[in-house]
Amino acid sequence: MQTRDLSLEQLQNVVGGEHAREATRQDAVDGVVPSFVARPGSVEEISELMRLASGAGAAVVPRGAGTKMHLGNPPHRAEVIVDMTRMDRVLEHAAADQVLRVQAGVKLDELQEELAASNQMLAIDPPERGATIGGVVAANASGPLRLRYGTIRDLIIGIRVVLSDGTVAKAGGKVVKNVAGYDLSKLFTGSLGTLGVIAEANFRLHPIPEVARTVTVAVEDAGGAAGAARAVARSQIVPSAVELLWDGDRREISVLLESIPGGIGAKVETARFLLRPFGEVREEEGRVLPEMEPAEVELKVNAPPAELSGVIESVTGAAERRGLEVSLRGHAASGVTFAAVSGGGEEDISDLIAELREIRSRRGGSVVLTRAPVGLKRRAEVWGYAGDAFELMRRVKEKFDPPGTMSPGRFVGGI
Amino acid sequence: MERSRLIRTMESILGPEGVIHEREQLRTYECDGLMNYRVIPDLVVLPESAEQVQKVVRVCHEEGIPFVARGSGTGLSGGALPVEKGILIVLSRMRRILEVDLENERVVVEPGVINLWVTQAVSDEGYFYAPDPSSQLVSSIGGNCSENSGGVHCLKYGFTTNHITGAEVVLPDGEMVHLGGGKAPDEPGYDLLGAFVGSEGTLGIATKITLRVVRQPEAIRTLIAAFEDTEKAGGAVSGIIGSGCVPAGIEMMDSLCLEAVEAAVHPNYPECGALLLVELDGPEAEVESQFEQVKRICEENGSSEIRVARDDEERALFWKGRKAAFAAMGRISNDYYVQDGVIPRTELPEVLKKISDLSSEYGLRVANVFHAGDGNLHPLVLYDGEEQAGRAEELAGEIIRVCLEHGGSLSGEHGIGEDKKKYMPEMFTAEDLDVMQLLRCAFDPHHLCNPGKVFPTPRLCGERPGPFRMHPLQEAGLAEMF
Repeated sequence: MQTRDLSLEQLQNVVGGEHAREATRQDAVDGVVPSFVARPGSVEEISELMRLASGAGAAVVPRGAGTKMHLGNPPHRAEVIVDMTRMDRVLEHAAADQVLRVQAGVKLDELQEELAASNQMLAIDPPERGATIGGVVAANASGPLRLRYGTIRDLIIGIRVVLSDGTVAKAGGKVVKNVAGYDLSKLFTGSLGTLGVIAEANFRLHPIPEVARTVTVAVEDAGGAAGAARAVARSQIVPSAVELLWDGDRREISVLLESIPGGIGAKVETARFLLRPFGEVREEEGRVLPEMEPAEVELKVNAPPAELSGVIESVTGAAERRGLEVSLRGHAASGVTFAAVSGGGEEDISDLIAELREIRSRRGGSVVLTRAPVGLKRRAEVWGYAGDAFELMRRVKEKFDPPGTMSPGRFVGGI
Repeated sequence: MERSRLIRTMESILGPEGVIHEREQLRTYECDGLMNYRVIPDLVVLPESAEQVQKVVRVCHEEGIPFVARGSGTGLSGGALPVEKGILIVLSRMRRILEVDLENERVVVEPGVINLWVTQAVSDEGYFYAPDPSSQLVSSIGGNCSENSGGVHCLKYGFTTNHITGAEVVLPDGEMVHLGGGKAPDEPGYDLLGAFVGSEGTLGIATKITLRVVRQPEAIRTLIAAFEDTEKAGGAVSGIIGSGCVPAGIEMMDSLCLEAVEAAVHPNYPECGALLLVELDGPEAEVESQFEQVKRICEENGSSEIRVARDDEERALFWKGRKAAFAAMGRISNDYYVQDGVIPRTELPEVLKKISDLSSEYGLRVANVFHAGDGNLHPLVLYDGEEQAGRAEELAGEIIRVCLEHGGSLSGEHGIGEDKKKYMPEMFTAEDLDVMQLLRCAFDPHHLCNPGKVFPTPRLCGERPGPFRMHPLQEAGLAEMF
């Protein structure tokens, strides 16, 4: 579809002169430079923008703080960036009800600070700094705490979205327990801007644990890492996170324990006991978990948690055979392993991905190319979805966004 | 297709013992757990495998025959109510536990498996299946999946949707798809599993379900605390939640409910205006310390008596009264109508006051039992016979409106089904409902799968929602939409 009749002036008429501009190279989405960036200040403005853009046949890519723009296939087209950062209000924090309603442009870090004043948190801890709530939901970002609290789908209780034709709709509500109507909050979670713009979201909150300690064991090999993770995960100490670090000589499993002052000692004691058979154990105050430095190429391997040692061995082995270097971080008890890959050419890395995907196709799970140069993305395909529901996903996309306005091409199978 | 030919076709798929077509036998299936609505289906089929389900659905798709899936038939919103001239697909013969994989904390089951069996299959090894609706002795996992069932422990552990990680689904056109990663997390693509769970049987039929099971807690402590009235008990609930602990369950019963429960199962609860049942679980030291705090909060809020369960037996007795609450109503009333509204927890005192005012206004008694921790109310409107039924339903409707006025929801766990669909426009706008139905149209464009449920106005799938554009014929006054 060709972009007709879409001018900066029209966008400015919707969002105000200072909130729409020509796009620059910095706004490029995987190499595709858009024409305009518009920053709506209200749901109505988003709706108006969407009508305008889809009416003109322009493709729209919603963006929060832009911390996850590396995720997804290169878009087929991207004419208008809908930048959500102006919509940064907390609409309601009902502390006693432990629920929250926010606009999508609210920054997670700032939100957590605000919630901490009431001893509460949104129990999600993705690694990116500065990410917006809308972006976290759209990208289904998560962190170590997912072991205890689940991912965004488990915390989101309501949503307000704007479709490409300007329709504004909500689903869910602001109560924790609610089965009225379809759960569109989950449908939009992880949909990466391909179904509509997420304007607002509601969440359940959790109390901040009073004390935290981290117990870490240095393991010998992949079997040791898996054994240590398994021992803790199958215990009754309810760890908040069990993390893997596998980087050169540093091979560790770290266990985050949280409790009340009267309860933490026993948890730490048990964790030390369970981890001792696997190597040297150390203990630190607070949360001290391995963090991932952004690399040029990152893979996310999703596998049944019991296959941790197999995942470590297959990733490191396949990399070594191709002369590639990898370092791993992971949510060891949740089945998520991130690999930062360096060295070698695109062909080697794309071969590596093919090999890992072949293993996962037999044993369950998936390999997603979460960060890569555009050339590699085109060669290896980002998502590697191999399931049988693709046709259904395509029908969902068609129903929600018939003209294909929303982030075309970014999602699985080029949706 | 002619009925006799349809019967023969179904018999060729399922064998004669898998097809019910005699009117008297069909009557058994005319309603689910909500008996206010009754429809006799054209046929009932009892498949024993996913392949059979698929074949039956294919015939329905080809012939344009509507169908409804049913598990144990314990639903309370009429979600499994048959449709006229439709086929009822009863999944209770598909009741195998297919796999127990504790290394990955997963159990794979067929949809007819009973909720409690899952816990029984893994309890020896220290695990349990957390969602525990009061119907767990009889309700099926397939039904739980359709309704996104809750339970008394879901405040801490989450609902059915948080414990289903994969499903094999026969779509309304007979295609089979696998949704969710099952044992592996974060499957790429749309979270269609998240949309499917809780869709009340309108998007397809699950033929295999992967469940997450949870490690048993090291310690469990349970108490009951007596209060003068529900307001004081509500104060204690707020205090407990505000203290930063997440109890495994907090249940509340008012005096009328207690009267019924006492007569029915003799739990020997203290005599009081409102009773709280609080359960904490987790690591021993943590639970001990928090339990003392809970006791203190109950005392500070004026509890006249606190009893702590000394052993598993006493804990079971405490729970027995609560779990029998609905059934016990028969002791004090001929008929009752259950509501399932949800409110923000802090609105409890005001909402209860309004319910009590409405009860006086209508001259009908309302017993209250609720999951106080998550604000899910189950007001039981008591009435006597046909002549009061209409008024009881009206009162129940007023109660649900009060919940909505206070920022709540129509249903916390029973579902919308047939019973509550008329209230949907009071919670959602026309646009909200239209957008939900886009999902329906992607799964079931011909509206064959549990048609007429959940949505008050089924939308034809060819249409586009969005800004209103008048059709030329309509403009000329020559045609009407719908």
